[in-house]
Amino acid sequence: MKIEKILEGKKALVSQGTVSVKVDVSLLENPQPGDHVIVHAGFAIETLSLAEAEERLELFRRMAELTGDA
Amino acid sequence: MPTEREVAAELVSQIEKTTRRIGRPIALMEVCGTHTVELRKKAIHSLLPAEISLISGPGCPVCVTPAGYVDNALLLAESGRAIIATFGDMLKVPGASGRALSSLSGRGLVKVVYSPSELTDFARQSALPVVFLAVGFETTIPTVVSALREALNAGVENLLLYTAFKTVPPALQFLLSNPDHGIDGFILPGHVSVIIGEKAYGFLTADGGRPGVITGFESLDMLAGILMLVRQIEKGQRRVENAYSRAVKQEGNPRALAVMERSLEPRNDVWRGLGVIPGAALGLRPELAAYDAEKSFSLPPARDAEAPGCICSRVIAGKALPPQCALFGKRCTPDDPVGPCMVSSEGTCAAYFRYGARR
Repeated sequence: MKIEKILEGKKALVSQGTVSVKVDVSLLENPQPGDHVIVHAGFAIETLSLAEAEERLELFRRMAELTGDA
Repeated sequence: MPTEREVAAELVSQIEKTTRRIGRPIALMEVCGTHTVELRKKAIHSLLPAEISLISGPGCPVCVTPAGYVDNALLLAESGRAIIATFGDMLKVPGASGRALSSLSGRGLVKVVYSPSELTDFARQSALPVVFLAVGFETTIPTVVSALREALNAGVENLLLYTAFKTVPPALQFLLSNPDHGIDGFILPGHVSVIIGEKAYGFLTADGGRPGVITGFESLDMLAGILMLVRQIEKGQRRVENAYSRAVKQEGNPRALAVMERSLEPRNDVWRGLGVIPGAALGLRPELAAYDAEKSFSLPPARDAEAPGCICSRVIAGKALPPQCALFGKRCTPDDPVGPCMVSSEGTCAAYFRYGARR
């Protein structure tokens, strides 16, 4: 889910698609609007590395190519 | 850029080739209940060669909570000394008596919450102490402890925890200590690892350890995790690798770990099906004893018990599969569950019931 807005009291408004909810962000180091976060039980528990998420396909493809066939 | 489907096909092909070279059956344990569900929901199990079997581990928090814990919660609620607050997935779990918290519905004795962050406001408005059923692994634990601290900071003193917090690494060590464990590698949990980090699994690389790969929950994540495992098995390695690095760091989430460390300490608790696992549970530190429901209400130790015919404890220990149970799909279904493995949406029996056994 993506942080839309930081609210008072270590809360933030996060959204996914058309759904937005208020979550607790006190477990994150320095939450910023635009961060993608993993939400569990109403708490953001980690910020996702967007760069790695975007390269995921490429990473897995390269991994598949590293065959032990030789 | 390749498509998801192309990459998935390549991963499956490499898993097949590697498995063929290994030339013997391989048992991989998925530790986490979410993996148990997602592997079957996305039919990953049906893409794998027949030599690979997936065993579900003790990774469903509701399932590993002993039946006596539910009995204690029922007694406390009916005594009128406290209101019970809980996540919804505990409601239908039967105690040793066969009764579940859902049997109290409509009497105002049980409050279901979606997030622990609701607890401060709820407790503030309650005339009675509010006892939260603090069930969960490392993913959930920091959220509950944060909520208790938030209540205390807000001057709300009537929120207590009935802790049944469990920790994953000591449980895996315990499984490996059985010489007949038969596990060739671990699909390590994604979200537990978000909190505890890669560093928590160092024991897997020691003598008697097994390969482990921290794995995410999308189809490609799970296929990549399985490929990394079979490659380690082929090479005779036992390393901890991370196929979910977009979320899991070496050190985990330091803030969440600090929240846990400040309020909790290891203790020895009963895991359903596995018995007492040394240090594989967390309880409140002595300075928080006033907020520990077990101490404040002198609750007896939660004993393990199983309904007649239910083999949940053997399923949790990876020693039996749901279809081997005479009750499975007949007397025991998600609508009318006998044991916790069918109650919880993350339970192995519920996953098999909804998405079918292998193939």
